[in-house]
Amino acid sequence: MSRRDAVLARPDRSTPPARTRRTGRVPVALLLPAALGLLFLVLPLAGLLVRTPWSTLPQRLTEPGVLTALRLSVQAATLATLLCLVLGVPLAWMLARVDFPGRRVVRALVTVPLVLPPVVGGVALLLVFGRQGILGGWLDSTLGVTLPFTTTGVVLAEAFVAMPFLVVAVEGALRGADVRYEEAAATLGAGRWTTFTHITLPLVAPGIAAGAVLCWARALGEFGATITFAGNFPGRTQTMPLAVYLALETDLEAAIVLSLVLLTVSVVILASLRDRWLSSR
Amino acid sequence: MLDAHLVVDRGTFRLDLPLTIRPGEVVALLGPNGAGKTTALRALAGLIPLTGGHLSLAGRHLDDPGRRIWTPTEQRAIGVVFQDYLLFPHLTALDNVAFGPRRQGLSRHRARQRAATWLARVGLAEHTHCKPRHLSGGQAQRVALARALAVEPALLLLDEPLAALDARTRLDTRAQLQHHLAGHSGATLLVTHDPIDAVVLADRLVIIEDGHVVQEGDVATVTAQPRTDYVARLVGLNLYRGHADGHHVRLTDGFQLVTGDRHVGGVFVAFAPSAVALHPRRPDGSPRNTWPATITGIQRHGDNLRVQLDGPITVAADITPAAAAHLKLTPGQTLWAAVKAAETRVYPAAAPLNVRAEP
Amino acid sequence: MTARRLALFTVITVVALVGCGSDQSTDPLSGSGASTVTGDVTVFAAASLTESFTRIGADFEAANPGVRVVFSFAGSSALATQINQGAPADVFASASPANMTTVTDAGNGDRSPTVFVRNQLVIAVPDGNPDEVTGLADLNQPDVKVALCAEQVPCGAAAGKALAAAGVTLTPVTLERDVRAALSKVRLGEVDAALVYRTDVRAADDDVDGIEFPESAEAINDYPIVVLKHAPNRPAAQAFVDHVLSGPGQAVLTAAGFQAP
Repeated sequence: MSRRDAVLARPDRSTPPARTRRTGRVPVALLLPAALGLLFLVLPLAGLLVRTPWSTLPQRLTEPGVLTALRLSVQAATLATLLCLVLGVPLAWMLARVDFPGRRVVRALVTVPLVLPPVVGGVALLLVFGRQGILGGWLDSTLGVTLPFTTTGVVLAEAFVAMPFLVVAVEGALRGADVRYEEAAATLGAGRWTTFTHITLPLVAPGIAAGAVLCWARALGEFGATITFAGNFPGRTQTMPLAVYLALETDLEAAIVLSLVLLTVSVVILASLRDRWLSSR
Repeated sequence: MLDAHLVVDRGTFRLDLPLTIRPGEVVALLGPNGAGKTTALRALAGLIPLTGGHLSLAGRHLDDPGRRIWTPTEQRAIGVVFQDYLLFPHLTALDNVAFGPRRQGLSRHRARQRAATWLARVGLAEHTHCKPRHLSGGQAQRVALARALAVEPALLLLDEPLAALDARTRLDTRAQLQHHLAGHSGATLLVTHDPIDAVVLADRLVIIEDGHVVQEGDVATVTAQPRTDYVARLVGLNLYRGHADGHHVRLTDGFQLVTGDRHVGGVFVAFAPSAVALHPRRPDGSPRNTWPATITGIQRHGDNLRVQLDGPITVAADITPAAAAHLKLTPGQTLWAAVKAAETRVYPAAAPLNVRAEP
Repeated sequence: MTARRLALFTVITVVALVGCGSDQSTDPLSGSGASTVTGDVTVFAAASLTESFTRIGADFEAANPGVRVVFSFAGSSALATQINQGAPADVFASASPANMTTVTDAGNGDRSPTVFVRNQLVIAVPDGNPDEVTGLADLNQPDVKVALCAEQVPCGAAAGKALAAAGVTLTPVTLERDVRAALSKVRLGEVDAALVYRTDVRAADDDVDGIEFPESAEAINDYPIVVLKHAPNRPAAQAFVDHVLSGPGQAVLTAAGFQAP
């Protein structure tokens, strides 16, 4: 077989390289690690499915705490993503388009929440927005606003951890986008703001969408910063990951069911969104 | 209309370009790569600031660093056709053209009306709702032109507007572009390195090399009397500089040419490649200029062959394929080149740059 | 030439590293002096034991040259899950009988566990007790923010029992995942009080005060310890458990605020 291939390969050389490139075999050196990588990502999910208590599933799903935690999770993650979009896209624009002193430092600072253990992030948030925090004390005394142990606190904690994903993705998209389109808009009389809204944003929309998806997914799975900053109270601050963690203390099967619910909902939402984006282009 | 002296310093490079364009006039800015053509265009558009000089358009001072005057791009009465058009990919042809009028404060409806008119004028009435990626190169170029003209600019800037097109489309599009430029009442600056575009589209040529004007004038003057090697190559002439004494011109490297015209002092000598005849042996007849030459290269040039020759002077010669076959030309071959004195043109080297030859 | 030299160097390095590894682990010859146990002993212990067990471990190593104690401190339930999934541990010290039961029910205990200390709840309040809390009833006020442990973890279960015994119902602002998290909310000033173990308040030094209350007697938490069935180093494991139960071991624990069983 391999000898035949070798013989057949010779006349193939005369065909244009583009064709052989497309119809040629996938190199084993790429295929093997790719397959292993996929397995590595998918097997733990299979492990969850194997241990799922299918017979008691309907009854477990209708337990009152589950839906409450799920709704809170989706709401908080969505609000956190919106907050990240409102603050993160302009930040990414500044990083990509404005040459200001200390830009490298700012860019490094933006990624701090990525490397900071989320629990530490939660403590840091408490030190700023907590009752005795730098800003939190002022908010509490002048406006009567308390952030820890509230749903707003959940949104804040999730946004803190998830925003770098959005900023990094959008900054990459902005750097990849051709600045000359913005110059063309300027020659047609568009100021910087109009150019940003009418030209830049539509051009990098796919990048923003990708960043928002990453951001939302990260927010949905957020645990450490949330439980540290916003605490854990059913219906107010207990999101699915917190519910899963606590279920894990006593009841592995309950934890698995909750995890599956979280996974299913996120996959369904992301898949349907992607369809909508694809059909609109 | 346009009155500018563009000075831009960029490290070791310095652009120093006086430029005036009257209403309705089309000026072509020609030059080799790196000469500063794009820098000049970007400075006019306000995409880079001047470091010196001044720029005023239709009586408005736009950029004058000495007087701290600066007008950002979006407030300049300009229209730009970019080399690769830069049509906004997410907008239809109509909305691309309506973008400028909309920024001028027209309602969406009025802006689209004006855009539709312009698209019809460039012959794209049926393509108003196409996204740019569904347009051919020629169509995209016309949309870009319509978009630039729809803001009714005092200064239209064209950056290599035909460079991205294939030869066939370029021919058609060039003719249409000429038509639309004729109808444009403002000033037009065409940046190009293609002499044909310049000759067909422009009233006047400004040629820059290394940031400075080397020659300026109407098409006939510049093509007849090139003043640098670049311009000579551009218009397809052999060009030499030397010192004339009657009918003899001694070139700077010592070689002597016999010319038809009489001159005294520093001169340029130019002759067309078609004026160069090639002979296998030293010719005995009438040509006054003959010298041994070695073939360094042969290329197709239209219906003829262009032969590059080395020798006491480097020269390009155009010969017919029949003659080439007869001579059995190959690179490295040595033969004799001959130019009749009557075929040479001699003109003074010290002529002021801004002279405009009257027809 | 260079490549071959590099290869040789690599081989030597690997051999040397392997040699080091075997020297460090369980060499039966080293430490064969007065003591009978040698090698590494791996102890999985509840997070609340961190300070006292670290002390005890150092004492144990000093008494048994040639033994190295390796600790893994975490929540008892997480440790129980890890042990049941085959983690190579010698000893398990749990903060609650429930998590110990998880391990022994799975057949991973060598014999029946021994309760080695007990722990009791106190009300943790900021230093100086600004809200003048004297008992559980004081926590049931609208402007007093309270953190409890979630009912799934031992301190939360104990708090539930104590509150029931006192006949107090209160709405905490948060149900924390473990006792240290509840305590840190007091230390950060985010809550006014939390129900935590006496040992945790002791470990927190000057930041917090512990208020004793009578109903805590209804919710005393037993800490069981056991040698695991698949212990890689059973003699050392047994010696360590014996040391925890001995006089010096108990002294360390009592000093940390634990009660003797």
